[in-house]
Amino acid sequence: MAHEHKLAIFRGAVKFKSNVSKIWGVFAFLSIVTIIEVALGIIRPAFLIDTHFLALKLLNWIFILLTIVKAYYITWDFMHMRDETTGLRRAVIWTSIFLIAYLVVLVLIEGDYIFEVYKSGFIKFDF
Amino acid sequence: MEATVVKTGTEDKTWGGGNQPLKASYGKMMMWFFIVSDALTFSGFLASYGFSRFKFVDAWPIADEVFTHFPFLHGVEAPMYYVAFMTFILIFSSVTMVLAVDAGHKMKQNKVILYLFLTIIGGLIFLGSQAWEWATFIKGDYGAIETRGGQIIQFLDKEGERVAIRDFVAINDADRIPQTRENGLWFVQDSEYLPSVTFNQVKEGFLANDNLLVRLQHKDEHGHHIILSREESIAKVVNDGQLVVEGANLRHNEYGHPLFANFFFFITGFHGFHVATGVLINIIIFFNVILGTYERRHSYEMVEKVGLYWHFVDLVWVFVFTFFYLV
Repeated sequence: MAHEHKLAIFRGAVKFKSNVSKIWGVFAFLSIVTIIEVALGIIRPAFLIDTHFLALKLLNWIFILLTIVKAYYITWDFMHMRDETTGLRRAVIWTSIFLIAYLVVLVLIEGDYIFEVYKSGFIKFDF
Repeated sequence: MEATVVKTGTEDKTWGGGNQPLKASYGKMMMWFFIVSDALTFSGFLASYGFSRFKFVDAWPIADEVFTHFPFLHGVEAPMYYVAFMTFILIFSSVTMVLAVDAGHKMKQNKVILYLFLTIIGGLIFLGSQAWEWATFIKGDYGAIETRGGQIIQFLDKEGERVAIRDFVAINDADRIPQTRENGLWFVQDSEYLPSVTFNQVKEGFLANDNLLVRLQHKDEHGHHIILSREESIAKVVNDGQLVVEGANLRHNEYGHPLFANFFFFITGFHGFHVATGVLINIIIFFNVILGTYERRHSYEMVEKVGLYWHFVDLVWVFVFTFFYLV
């Protein structure tokens, strides 16, 4: 069986000798990211909580970013997306990302709108 | 990837299913498309969680206040540690799964058996951990009062430390009279939800302890719960209080908004259901590997397919972890 694995991660910056060592390397990376997340979640540094960017706390952006990084490496290396053809990869990834981003953005804006309506005494706009 | 396991009899028919532009077998591609649709289901759930959270953003409990327990460490505040442990278990079982897939590519039956076994054990540990997490959440911690409007108010001492209801309420069953057939009340049932103390007992205990304050479900602009003065606290409990809440269920939640509990049960429950089916499928494949089914097929692609599902379950947990415990 000719299973060719691409053994370089981080855009070729790290190259592993075998597939097994790549798996352990990715595991180490995912562990480090998780430890950073948990540490930030316990400490909750004040300046990251008080700084807001695009309606979210900076800390929450960091969490979401790190989650997407983890999701990328799980999909690319554990699920072997890195070794699939471009067509399969795009059919799966682009479809999901487009639909999920669309849904999440609309639904969160709507939730925030209802929050404002409740807060301002059930009148959001008053001509 | 030319070694497709399942022969469909269409290999030479270009327009009859014989062509494979994506160079993936039928089974593997269907697993990928199932994963896409399942990912959309989960994102629908998580998006609706986000919707409700944004809707009640100033009254939403954060996980640091809710999940503070670790097994065998009673009374120790340990937020996040247990769920971090669960995350590691699941990531590690993903690693053993991908090692099993790798061993399958090399046709090493014994290694596949070992790694699949470790994967199944990891899945079972995760499920057990989740059961413990649920049990702790359902059982509750300090207890709280629900107001007529459905708000949760919690008790603090003057130093700002949480105080459990059981610590200031004299527990007696005087209010509860057993009904027997002789009373002619055999058809009267207990209400579905029965806390260990009644609201009146809590009210008396609260009025008798001068150093108790209450804090509201709502938060100020810095994200801290609003704490009332003693006079305001008494007014709040006496005028608005209605019900004692201990722990969480689908209607009441001592930690805050009941929707938080609903989403927690639903989303982690749905994920746990996926883990359970994943373990079941892994066990079936595990026995197939032991029986040598894939040796005879000269391909361990089935391990790869269930592996995809298992990694997907891990992937979903990464998101559930972020949106329930971190954000």
